Amino acid sequence: MPVTTIGDQEIHVDDEGFLTEYDEWNEDLAKELASNIGIAELNDDHWKVISFLRSDYQEQGETATLRRVTAVGGIPTKELFQLFPKKPARKMSYVAGLPKPAGCI
Amino acid sequence: MTDAPIVPDFGDDDELRKISFVCSKGSLDMAYPGLIMASGALEQGIETHIFFTFWGMDMINKKTMGNLKFSPVGNPATHMPAALAPFPGMTTMATKQMKKQLDELDIPDIPTFLAHLQDMGCHLWACKMSVDMFGLTEDDMIDGLDGVLNVGDFMEIIDGAQTMFI
Repeated sequence: MPVTTIGDQEIHVDDEGFLTEYDEWNEDLAKELASNIGIAELNDDHWKVISFLRSDYQEQGETATLRRVTAVGGIPTKELFQLFPKKPARKMSYVAGLPKPAGCI
Repeated sequence: MTDAPIVPDFGDDDELRKISFVCSKGSLDMAYPGLIMASGALEQGIETHIFFTFWGMDMINKKTMGNLKFSPVGNPATHMPAALAPFPGMTTMATKQMKKQLDELDIPDIPTFLAHLQDMGCHLWACKMSVDMFGLTEDDMIDGLDGVLNVGDFMEIIDGAQTMFI
């Protein structure tokens, strides 16, 4: 697995750049990850999504899909597209330090 | 180390992709493929259009959309003896079984699925000829339908799109 430096932190990532170690993630790193992909600032709504994803991943062992974030996490799909434009499923996973969702819906 | 950090390319600067699906079937098993692929496309930021035509109208007809059926008749992939498939009650049983399987995978029913696609920005179009043929009005069809189009208009809208016929 490649190792890359984001901010001042060394992290393990897959070939695309998604974190592979759940515990290497922290909130400061999330801010760096977000700014790397054009999200200049993480607001409360972003954090709500991120914390749902992190805790759901711990329980389920896989990254929640958009539909799950809406149906279980209670965050409207439209809002996810505003917070993480164009490719919300992948972008929110990246910022939350998780793999891309494996499910189709 | 001065190497640039490894950051995923989300293609934000890529040219906008477009895709369209023509849904022409009204059975439960043939309704899902188009919707699932459309969902995947929308998640990838691809502009997505679905054109419902012929039996596919049942997918957006309020009276039928929540009640599509799956029939094992003429479908060897169910691995059911062909002689049993047409028995009374078989369609009801097969439909129930399929719905149970879908539910176990957290796949929503058709009306919920369509609403989810609309939330993701999916465009839904109804075929003019089918609307006329089945005597439907806009009130009969899903809320938020983008419009009723003839094929020529649809061709203009999907200019440059990849298209799948289902």
